[in-house]
This record gives sequence, structure tokens and C-alpha cells, in this order.
Amino acid sequence: MLKQIEGSRAVAEAVALCRPEVICAYPISPQTHIVEGLGEMVKRGALAPCEFINVESEFAAMSVAIGASAAGARAYTATASQGLLFMAEAVFNASGLGLPIVMTVANRAIGAPINIWNDHTDAMSQRDCGWIQLFAETNQEALDLHIQAFRLGEELSLPVMVCMDGFILTHAYERVDMPTQAQVDAYLPPYVPRQSLDPAEPVSIGAMVGPEAFMEVRYLAHVKQMRALELIPGWAEEFRRAFGRDSGGLLHSYRTEDAELVIVALGSVLGTIKDTVDAMRERGVRIGVLGITCFRPWPQEAVRAALAQAKQVLVLEKSLAVGLGGIVSNNVRTSYAGAAQAVRTVIAGLGGRPISRASLERVFAQALDGTLDPVTFLDLDRGLVERALAREREARRSGPIAENILRDLGVVGARIS
Amino acid sequence: MSYQPVKFYQTGTFTVGNRLLPPDVRTVQSTQRRTNSLNSGHRACQGCGEALGARFAMDAAMEASERKLIAANATGCLEVFSTPYPETSWQIPWIHSVFGNTAAVATGIAAALKVKGRTDVRVVAQGGDGGTTDIGFGCLSGMFERNDDVLFICYDNEAYMNTGVQRSSATPAAARTATTMAVGSEPGNVFGQGKNVPAIAMAHEIPYVATATVADLHDLEAKVKTAMGMRGARYIHILVPCPLGWGHASHDTIRIARLAKETGLFPVFEAAHGELTSVSRIRHQHAVEDYLRPQKRFAHLFGDPPRRDVIDHLQALADRNIRRYGLLDAKESV
Ligand SMILES: Cc1ncc(C[n+]2csc(CCOP(=O)(O)OP(=O)(O)O)c2C)c(N)n1
Ligand code: SF4
Ligand SMILES: [Mg+2]
Repeated sequence: MLKQIEGSRAVAEAVALCRPEVICAYPISPQTHIVEGLGEMVKRGALAPCEFINVESEFAAMSVAIGASAAGARAYTATASQGLLFMAEAVFNASGLGLPIVMTVANRAIGAPINIWNDHTDAMSQRDCGWIQLFAETNQEALDLHIQAFRLGEELSLPVMVCMDGFILTHAYERVDMPTQAQVDAYLPPYVPRQSLDPAEPVSIGAMVGPEAFMEVRYLAHVKQMRALELIPGWAEEFRRAFGRDSGGLLHSYRTEDAELVIVALGSVLGTIKDTVDAMRERGVRIGVLGITCFRPWPQEAVRAALAQAKQVLVLEKSLAVGLGGIVSNNVRTSYAGAAQAVRTVIAGLGGRPISRASLERVFAQALDGTLDPVTFLDLDRGLVERALAREREARRSGPIAENILRDLGVVGARIS
Repeated sequence: MSYQPVKFYQTGTFTVGNRLLPPDVRTVQSTQRRTNSLNSGHRACQGCGEALGARFAMDAAMEASERKLIAANATGCLEVFSTPYPETSWQIPWIHSVFGNTAAVATGIAAALKVKGRTDVRVVAQGGDGGTTDIGFGCLSGMFERNDDVLFICYDNEAYMNTGVQRSSATPAAARTATTMAVGSEPGNVFGQGKNVPAIAMAHEIPYVATATVADLHDLEAKVKTAMGMRGARYIHILVPCPLGWGHASHDTIRIARLAKETGLFPVFEAAHGELTSVSRIRHQHAVEDYLRPQKRFAHLFGDPPRRDVIDHLQALADRNIRRYGLLDAKESV
């Protein structure tokens, strides 16, 4: 059914259609509307049987999900930013225990300085935690990915993180096609755990493993993720047949057929990039887009094939490996057959900085004429940065960069005196 | 015919001799019904109070739940000595997640059982003092506050034993640990710090809070059974001496635990919905010195000259407990 609703609401309704049995939540912008929606459905009795638990922290949220999932219930939670970091220990634990928990990450920057707006630093910080990580481009895809996530996670016995851009998607009202309960039921069978905490068949879960077997356990976790790479395209295809929509899968190529320059990105910014590419294509520029839907496991072969023709690759990413440059770009480099220097990094949109078509077009053009730096920060306020660096040269000052800039500028609130 | 009354308590130990009791009041542990939830063959040190406490508590909980029990376990000695892969001592469904989240994991299990209509299956969470009073405290308080259907058992050996005896917020004043060294003018752990988690649990007004020691295993079992007879958040705090960390002989575990109670240093009581309901009174009062002396963690108090001031300070803390809980009152005071 077509609906004009907020992204968070769309996700809440989709999650409800997946019949989660335990939902735990701790509020953090921009995740709040999702769990509020679900809480209301549970309270009203529209989503039953389901336990909705208001926990005291994200660490508890993930831990409740761990307990619920280990006891055989379909478990869901959502978080963002600081919340994801706060639960990090339990996030690793969930994948180590092979529990198919589904979690929405409403992507948001990480402080200090504290910032509630969108970028991908939160999800990227957990990229090696053993979860499957999917990135939604639109609200429709966010909705669809959640339905796929439960299926995926439960078949592989792995937790799945569905990443959607905070505010840009979570708070945007868009038209979505909401599947029916019957459709979802047909696609997603009830959760039957391979092993669960059951007095009839006692098992010990989470034992200590020493050097004699730890490597093997980790290796097998890797194998399991790699198997996901083989299975995900098939499930996306099955989803397409059942729901009539092309959602999910490993990646999506757009106008890459004869492209010399391919722009690689994740999430909602792909929309802006595609518009920019369309405009440049009209002027005869051979440029295309590669959207990564599945970031973990990393679709090595699929990316390699998708970039086979590209002479240049520009990775536009909303995260920064401080002291190195790009995170996604480094993943892309491992999958690009051409020279590593041909893969350029553009860091964009950190902390919610808007990414405009004009700016994109500028860097894309620079990439084409070979004048783009290996690592570029899109729309960086050079003046602000240069002044801060100049002051730094005059008087060294320890402490937070943001407040030091304010103090240098004489902003009253930042003065200590 | 001459008649000799049966002595209820064995001389010297005060341990209730099960042989002398009618079968229905014997401990679960002394009967063939015991389930060996924590089976033999684990790697605990000789005389480990935590292993003893866990064995009694879990078997009692198994009995009370008609063998439908799931346990969540915090990181710590109990977890490490019971599950060295690929072996496990647990004969009940058991999960270890991480150090500080055990109460929340148990909440999740309870929620899963509720949603599946399996409320006949009961949930116990357990951890050391560190996993309870420090790193696990947030999740514990959350579980209490929501009144989730979980019994949380803290095995209090008054330090982080598994990592080599470091101070926790349950470490008593003056005790030497690896991070409160017996050096300087105030050797050992400082006075005026620490957390009284049974009292904090009571402040949550949860249905049941109790303390116990491994010296009175009848009492321990009875409290576990009482707790299992209720729903909602319940908390039992068990003092479990640790021969390795406390530096006492491994055969003295029970004696030391009893002295902790008989000096008044560790008050043994029950509370319901925030109100004290029963107190185990001191039977033979001892000075704290009797408790402190056999433990190497207090050895620095008995040098030459001894630290009378510190011993007196500890005695004052015991005396305060005696007053506060009525531990010497002639009869039930509450
Ligand atoms: C987050 C985290 N911090 C620290 C540790 C290290 N650690 C493991 S067990 C332990 C001590 C456990 O102490 P306690 O809870 O009192 O249990 P005990 O071993 O004394 O029975 C510590 C500090 C850990 N595993 N995880
Ligand atoms: S160190 Fe202490 S708590 Fe740990 S196993 Fe040994 S005696 Fe038990
Ligand atoms: Mg301890």
C-alpha cells in the first residue's frame, strides 16, 4: 500500500510486519521516532505478542536483545552515534554469539564536538564488529532492508545492522510502498533458532575459548560472512519477485556502462550524486555511480567487476579515518584492479554539512581533469581552518579544537575568565 | 527411659547436620534431588567460597523452579572456572555475554520467555561483586527499577579476583588488594568509600532482597527458595570468602564466612519491598580481630606495633551494623 509517511514511521511499520518479539530501546536522536512508533504499536496491542522494554542505556538495549535472542525470540533495537559506541562491547558480543538481532542505525556523527546531524562515523566505527551492515539509499529501501535483514540474519545466524541516514531519511516524509502482513509472512518464516536457552536441552553459551581454538572461531566467523556474499544477491532477487521491488543486494550500478569515472558512495547521498551524474551525462561526460548497499561483508568481487572499466574512481564518503583519510576508499582500493592512486577520496557531509550538486559537480570535474587531491574535504571552510592553524603556530594550546576556535574568535561563552 | 535431646547444631561449626533433620527440611544439596547444576570438575581454587555458594544457590533454584531454570553469568571467576572451552560444568542452560550486562541479558531472556508464554521457566542472573556493584551496576539498577522477573545473585568475594585481586566497591576498608597496597601511612583500602548494594537494592523497593553467607547453607538455600517463590526483581547478596584473594587457609572458608557474620561486619537479613523483614542474629559474638587475623589481606594490621586504631575503626563499623540491624537484640526486632 502506498503511503506518504516519515522514514522512521516506515521503518517502524516494516519492523512490526516482521513480528519482532522483543524490542528494547534507549532514545537518541535521530533514532527516536522509530522506537516511539514501535512502542506505541506494542502498547496499543497492534503488535503482539511483543515485549517492549525501555532500558537504561544502549549497552542494556543490546544486552537485552542478546538475552532475548539467545532464548529464541526475534529481537530488535535501534540506535545512533554515541549510543552505538556506548553499546559497542555488546555489539561485538552479539555477533560472536551468532545471534540474529536486527538493529537500525540512524547514522549520526560522533563527538566531541557533540553533533546530532548525519554522517557515517558511527556505523563505520563498528565495521569490523562481525555484523552484516546494509546501507539504505531511500526510505523505501530502508523499509525493505529491514524485512530482508531479519531473513538474512536468521538464515546465517548473524546480526544485521540496517544503516539509514539520520534526519535525511529518518525524518523525511516520502512516499513508500508498505507491504502487507501476508507478503512479509510469506517471505519471512518464524524464527527457529539452531540453539537456544532451553531447560529441555541445556547448553552453555559464551564459554571461554583459549589460543587453541580462538583463531578457528574467528576464521569461521569470516567464512560465514563471506557466505553471505553468495547468498545476498539471491535473497534480493527473491525479494524482487515477492515484492516487485529492486531493493538490497550487494550493490547497485548506475550508468556505469562506459563510464571512465565511477563515483562510489553509500546511503542517501547517492540520490544527489545520481542527479549530478545525469546532468553531466547530458553534457557527454562518461561518468557513472556505484552504490554500495552491503558494506559488511565487503563485496570484493562484485565491486571489482563493477569497477573493471573505470579509469578513475572517486569515493565520496561521510566518514573519516583521522590520520589516514577515507575508510570506504580503502575498502574500494582492495577491489580495484587499476592503480591505487586512481582511487580518490572525497570526505563530505561530516556532521550534517550539506552536500550540494554544485559542489559535487566541481569535484567530479576535478577528478576528470586530474586536478583532484588524493584526499579532499568537500566545501571545507579554508579560511576558518587557516586562521586556526595560524593561531596555533603563534601560541600552542591544548584542549578541544572547537572551543579553542571559539575562544580565539572571542566568543563570550567560551571564555573561562 | 533416659532421654537425650538431639543437638540441632553440630558443636563448633553451627552447621546444621542434615542427618539430624527430618527429610523435608534437609538441604537440597544433601538429597538425591540435587541437580549438580554446577557440576564437579571445574577449575576453582580449593576452598573457593564462590563455587560453593553457586552450587547451593543454583541447585536450590533448580529445585524451586522444578528444574526449569536459565542462568545468565557475568565475566569473572565463576564464569572462567566453570567453562574452559570445550568443557562446561553447567548442567543448566547457561549464557555468558560480557562483564557488565548480566542483569540486562537476564531481562532479555525473561522477556523472551514471557512473549513465548513460557513463564514456567525462571531466570537467574549471577556475577561477582565487580560484575554487580561496579561495572554491572547500571544494568542491575535498570533491571530492579523495571521490576523485571529476574533473581540476581551476587557472589561477593570483595574484590576483582579473576584479574588478580584488585579493589572493587565491595572491598572492605583496610583490606590489602593489588590496587590498595599495604604500604604507606594508611595501608590497604581507604575508609569512607564503598557501596552497600543490598541497601541500594532495597531502595529500589523490589519484592525481595536478602544477604547470606556460605557459612549457613540452610539459610542460603531457604532464601533462594523464598526468592524463587516470588515474581519480579529479586536480589541475593552472598558473602563468599576467597582463599586466594583473602589469604586464608582453604579449609577456613566457612569459618571466615561465619566470623564475618558473627562479628557484625556482614549483616545477614531479608527485606521485602524496601522494608527489613528478618535478621539473622549473632549467636556468638566475636571481636572483628578474630575475623581479621586469619586473613593475609589484613596482615598489615597485626605488625609490630599493631594498628589498633584501624582495628578499632573496623570494630566501630561492625558495632554500627549491630545497632542498625539489631544483630544482638534478644528476639525478632523487626
Ligand atoms: C569490560 C571489561 N572490563 C574488565 C574486564 C576484566 N575482568 C574480567 S573478570 C574481572 C574481575 C571480576 O571480578 P568480580 O566481578 O568481583 O568476580 P570474581 O572474579 O571476583 O568472582 C575483570 C576486572 C572485562 N572482562 N571486561
Ligand atoms: S580466586 Fe577466589 S573466587 Fe576465584 S576461583 Fe580462586 S578462590 Fe574462587
Ligand atoms: Mg569478586
